[in-house]
Amino acid sequence: MTNPLNSDDFSELRLEGVSRAFGKSAALADLTLTVKRGEFVALLGPSGSGKSTALNCIAGLLPLTAGTISLDDRRVDHLAPEQRGFGMVFQNYALFPHLTVRGNIAFGLKMRKVPRAEITRRVDAALALVQLSAHADKQPGQLSGGQQQRVAIARAVVVEPPVVLMDEPLSNLDAKLRHEMRAEVRRLHQELGLTTIYVTHDQEEALSLADRLVVLSDGRVQQIGTPEEVYLRPINSFVADFMGYRNLLSMTAHGVDGADHLLLRGDGIELTAVRNDESVLDGPVTVAMRPDDLVVGQSGGNQFSAVVTSIEYQGRDFEVQAVATSGAALFLRTPERLIVDQSISIGISPERLMVYPATKKSTPAAPVPEHEAV
Amino acid sequence: MPSLPTASRAAAESDHARALSRVSLRHRLAERGLDRIIWLAVPGFLFVVALFIYPAIFGVVLSFQPNDDSGFFGNYIEFFTDAYLFDTIGNTFRIALPAALINVLASIPLALVMRGKVRGKRAINTILIIPISLGTVLVAEGLLTYLGPQGWFNRILMGIGLIQEPVRLTHNIWGVIISLIITGFPFAFLLTLSYISGINPKMEEAASTLGAGRWQQFYRVTLPLLAPGLAITFCLTFVLAFSVFPSAVMLGNPAGDSHVLSVAAAQTAFQKYDFPLASTISVITAVVELLVVALVLLWRSRLYRGSSAGGKG
Repeated sequence: MTNPLNSDDFSELRLEGVSRAFGKSAALADLTLTVKRGEFVALLGPSGSGKSTALNCIAGLLPLTAGTISLDDRRVDHLAPEQRGFGMVFQNYALFPHLTVRGNIAFGLKMRKVPRAEITRRVDAALALVQLSAHADKQPGQLSGGQQQRVAIARAVVVEPPVVLMDEPLSNLDAKLRHEMRAEVRRLHQELGLTTIYVTHDQEEALSLADRLVVLSDGRVQQIGTPEEVYLRPINSFVADFMGYRNLLSMTAHGVDGADHLLLRGDGIELTAVRNDESVLDGPVTVAMRPDDLVVGQSGGNQFSAVVTSIEYQGRDFEVQAVATSGAALFLRTPERLIVDQSISIGISPERLMVYPATKKSTPAAPVPEHEAV
Repeated sequence: MPSLPTASRAAAESDHARALSRVSLRHRLAERGLDRIIWLAVPGFLFVVALFIYPAIFGVVLSFQPNDDSGFFGNYIEFFTDAYLFDTIGNTFRIALPAALINVLASIPLALVMRGKVRGKRAINTILIIPISLGTVLVAEGLLTYLGPQGWFNRILMGIGLIQEPVRLTHNIWGVIISLIITGFPFAFLLTLSYISGINPKMEEAASTLGAGRWQQFYRVTLPLLAPGLAITFCLTFVLAFSVFPSAVMLGNPAGDSHVLSVAAAQTAFQKYDFPLASTISVITAVVELLVVALVLLWRSRLYRGSSAGGKG
């Protein structure tokens, strides 16, 4: 192998202060992250958050403006992509249309001057792995989206790269196929013992696939943690919002009550929340609640009233929008059949409230660099 | 319509049926691409008939009616037996082939550079394209003095001591080739640029992450996807160069090695007043061009010609 980076002898990929600016706007600022061998890390964030920039920086397709990338103690950030040898799966697959499926998968091995017999053997193995042996001699244009995606994955992993980078690989597939491919990606990761960095804007995808999440916003890391940590304890209101806490209310904290619950007031609503060590005891706060945690009717905890404004049928239950007496818009899910303009009482248990120090209204996101556009 | 009397209802129904069949006829025609918009094609069609189809048929027929009594193929026999005439084919190839090849090959690296973000892209493109707006006569006139024995080109080369004697670039095929490059290159460049811009740069990035260096990215990914476009570009610039006339007369040596097909046709028609033989030369010119184009397109048909935008289908 001419690949200078032998996949067998590395234990971690280290990013330190990785930054990338386009002109004056920072697409990615100060990303520091250590990825252990065999780990599945998801970079999660809305479009323009810098996640694809981060991936392109790791791959070597974008030069860094600051920071270092190293495999163990070897700096790789000055290497061209072809010398880095990280596998990459592109959002639009970027298959070579003039080559057959087999030719596409063999491409990386040919570049590494692997002997012909070995190329055949390894390509056959990769084809079997992604269950495309029957399509080996077709051209990519003759395959369905899901099949093309599998070719793209096989092409990236057949060279046994130290790290596989995936840039929203499932975003072009329909919902059902996306679900199937998600399981497939996870299976390949485990079966091949890959080290994967996966970019997505879909929190569900990230939660189900990754060992660790990196939540990004405006080019900055917001939170790094396991799916459970990020889902259950979002570190700030942005992460909470992104992880599905759709109800964000501006309120004021007024100390604690007899049960050591935090007292919150705002616009005629009074709530109590379980407090923790970081809780702000006084002053303006943002209160985050999941639609699933809001209960219609009595629930023994917090209680406030609202008027239903719209109802969406969603199969098992309804997604309801309501307006609290304060004027705040609320989202909730309920199996109960409600009607528009109905007055309801909403309950939520104090453990389900997330309370964050109030942030200034987030500034509008910086203009999205071209390659970030989805 | 319950209140309508029977008779008027029947009338209404037959009206309705007629309207339906009228609509359906129009629909059926529209399915075949025949609707009122087709009238917009009439002026173009008339022009093609008047200015191309009729003169072409007239020329072909004329070419089989020699001025002397040498028979149906007399002019063709004369062309292929008269060495001075027959050599025009080789002369034209010796000028048109290198010019077209240089135009196509030189346009590739430039188009590769110009497809990206380049400072002053618009200004550079404008400068590259200006020669199209200059007539071939103007270019030939300018080159005649510029490349001549006393021209700047030779004076500069002699001034820096690169050559002792002026290089002869006029009144031979070099001048003609250079003028064809100047006027033909913008076409080749514009075409190649549009073909290259259609290739998704993500594919080169994908190749690089798979270990392909710059040259291999070009050779294994970009070039195969560009080749069908280059074939078309070559055909067009070749046909342009093959019908060279003003620069062959002004910059070349129209009695010698730049005695090309079009010059021979013009001399035959307007100096010897032998219109049938001139038509024969023109027909032969067209047939040779078509043969070359057919060969190139045959090669092209063996290449991948689908979408090069990457992604789905």
